[in-house]
Amino acid sequence: MESESDVLAGEHFLSGNEACAEGAIAAGCRFFAGYPITPSTEVAEHLAERLPEVGGIFVQMEDEIASMNAILGAAWGGKKTMTATSGPGFSLMMENLGLGVMTETPCVLVNVQRGGPSTGLPTLVGQGDMMQARWGSHGPYEIIALSPSSPQEFFDFTIKAFNLSEQWRVPVLVMADEVVGHMTEKVTIPEQDSINLVARRTPRVSPEKYRPYEPDEDLVPQMAIAGTGYRMHITGLTHDRKGYPVINEEAQGELVQRLVDKIRRNRNKIIEYQEDMCDGADVIVCSYGISARTSLLPIEKARDEGIKVGLLKLVVVWPFPEERIDRLAGNCKGFVVPEINFGQISLEVERCAHGKAKVIQVPHAGGGIHDPEKVLEAIRRAAA
Amino acid sequence: MNERHPKDEMLREDRIPHIWCSGCGLGTCLAAFISAVQDSGIPREKMCVVSGIGCTGRVAGYLNVDSFHTTHGRAIPFAAGLHLANPSLKIVVFSGDGDLIAIGGNHFIHSARRNLDMTVICVNNFNYGMTGGQGGPTTPLGSRTTTTPYGNFEFPFSIPYLAAASGASYVARWTALDTRRLIKSMGEALHKRGFSVVEIISPCPTLYNRLNKQGSGLDVLKRYQRDTVIQHGADPSKVAIEKEGKIIVGKFVDIERPTFLDLVKERLGDKFKGPWEKLEPPEVPLEVTIPSADE
Amino acid sequence: MKEASTAEKPKYWRTPLDLDKLKIPKGKLHLIKERCKGCSFCVEYCPRDVLELSLEFNSKGYHFPIASHEEKCVNCKLCEMLCPEFAIFCEEVETEVEKVGK
Repeated sequence: MESESDVLAGEHFLSGNEACAEGAIAAGCRFFAGYPITPSTEVAEHLAERLPEVGGIFVQMEDEIASMNAILGAAWGGKKTMTATSGPGFSLMMENLGLGVMTETPCVLVNVQRGGPSTGLPTLVGQGDMMQARWGSHGPYEIIALSPSSPQEFFDFTIKAFNLSEQWRVPVLVMADEVVGHMTEKVTIPEQDSINLVARRTPRVSPEKYRPYEPDEDLVPQMAIAGTGYRMHITGLTHDRKGYPVINEEAQGELVQRLVDKIRRNRNKIIEYQEDMCDGADVIVCSYGISARTSLLPIEKARDEGIKVGLLKLVVVWPFPEERIDRLAGNCKGFVVPEINFGQISLEVERCAHGKAKVIQVPHAGGGIHDPEKVLEAIRRAAA
Repeated sequence: MNERHPKDEMLREDRIPHIWCSGCGLGTCLAAFISAVQDSGIPREKMCVVSGIGCTGRVAGYLNVDSFHTTHGRAIPFAAGLHLANPSLKIVVFSGDGDLIAIGGNHFIHSARRNLDMTVICVNNFNYGMTGGQGGPTTPLGSRTTTTPYGNFEFPFSIPYLAAASGASYVARWTALDTRRLIKSMGEALHKRGFSVVEIISPCPTLYNRLNKQGSGLDVLKRYQRDTVIQHGADPSKVAIEKEGKIIVGKFVDIERPTFLDLVKERLGDKFKGPWEKLEPPEVPLEVTIPSADE
Repeated sequence: MKEASTAEKPKYWRTPLDLDKLKIPKGKLHLIKERCKGCSFCVEYCPRDVLELSLEFNSKGYHFPIASHEEKCVNCKLCEMLCPEFAIFCEEVETEVEKVGK
């Protein structure tokens, strides 16, 4: 469907937000509904210009709630859809993120995090929405969230997010931050045909036999598109396999268990992280986003001091790599978790270490990146 | 008797009888909608109905078309996304007064402002029925509801006024009693290009009408018969409904106005590529092997 | 609305010129008893007073209407349009053209 010129293959000097927008286009996104909010506005602005060029549609909705709903509706209309926001908008989108999870609608939600809480620091970095990414909507559910550390990764992970959302029929979050969003770096965009894309599984049976929520072996149901004759009923109420609302315990048990299992039991196909010298390390720095990048200098200095330190950089933050942390905890003295909040992913690391290793947080209220000295101190304490 | 009702082909028969109360006007509104769709010639496959939360919101679950039961107040933005992803679909938003005008009020006015090509059917029973009869944005002044036990202190919205002022290109109001005109009006709204709003005044015998001592559903229909005045082309600013007194119905606004997509096409000119206009049903994929979930 | 008399032939104050070509339709009522919720909209608004609420009730306890004067039904379909429950409908019955006037 896309013409040759849709993907701007080549080497570019792009900011993170622009790279995200180009990543969406390369992934096949042809609908964006958003609302301006610093520091994510450039994603919307870039797509406002680019989407009509590639045959897509951009609409600025009246608020973030409308944006989230519009991308869900457009996904059922057959498009790959995305929205981008920051902390306050992210909070507004939570209810309808739950609708996306419950109706198993593929879409991508980019959160370029900023200082919080509340209006906070609109123009400065934060990473305080990581637990909200996991638990922000009400009710029990599982979600997928990625966290890029550079504009190149922002490009790549946006494509990855679309692929994951189409494959697992769940909204996927890209938890970037203001520094990654606004920094400008070289981004290499590959040719369209070398980009691996996943599309949702459409029905293999006729409309009479189709059940909108009948799962396949991997727990993902086939998704019909509105207007193709399948006459499905899609609801946010607890529903049976036909999609009809059923308000009782059995239906809830069957449906919500499957929604949770869909991600949990397939986690080995979803979880991704990058490791550097973690085997045999005494200290492991576990981080994500810009804080993973700013840990590189303290790690280098610590290695110069003779400490065996490894880096575990989370690509997919949710679902969290529980088993890997558990295994690493058995072999190391401690984890250091620098993040621009007062301890969110570090709580997960602590939980998964099961007491086998100490976990040292390096918190930061927000507004700037970590001072390398503080991270280095934490590494020294962990090694002791 | 095993005959099939002529409207059953548009209903999900395994869900009938529906949950609405005896004397509720929603079944009548739904029947009128089905008649309008059957008469309109719109292909069934292209029909999509989006509803919100509430008694009226349950309409989506009974219609045998692609139907979406979304969150409270958010039927209109969901429908906006669905429409823009595939403009060949006919999108109808079918929801209640509280859902569309209170929590969904912002989306209502903005989508009317943009003149998105969709039809909004708003059933107005003057309260929040599903949750037990609370007051809402259209509850008349002085009415009793469970959250206005001393009589409503607030002025209500007049939905036709709101719709017209926001830029809707078709605005009409009818009561649930006046079914023939309602069907005709819904048909016009379905064929109208742009944002069309049909408000239907409907009884709520279990809650609003009981709390205000207005009798059964039948008594309320008799009140409509007595008090309804048809004034086509009436000034939308002068059609407010009070607790007692005249109910002005008719087709208030029917104008030609460019839709959102008309303006997009105009502005983008030759930049406007249209692959997203033509939706082909996706090809049924060849044999795929699906890995099972772990464990 | 003029009340038609209960006699078979309506009385006209002025006989229409094409009266011999006039065909008054006849309808046959179908009632899906189990769906009825006894709201009485159809009974009240039938313009020919064909229906009344029966003394029987369905399994949900509602009194459903019965056609006590089915011969007067003219297939106007008002009951079908008003019924909120999709419980009643009528279909046209073919009759030969009745000569209703001289």
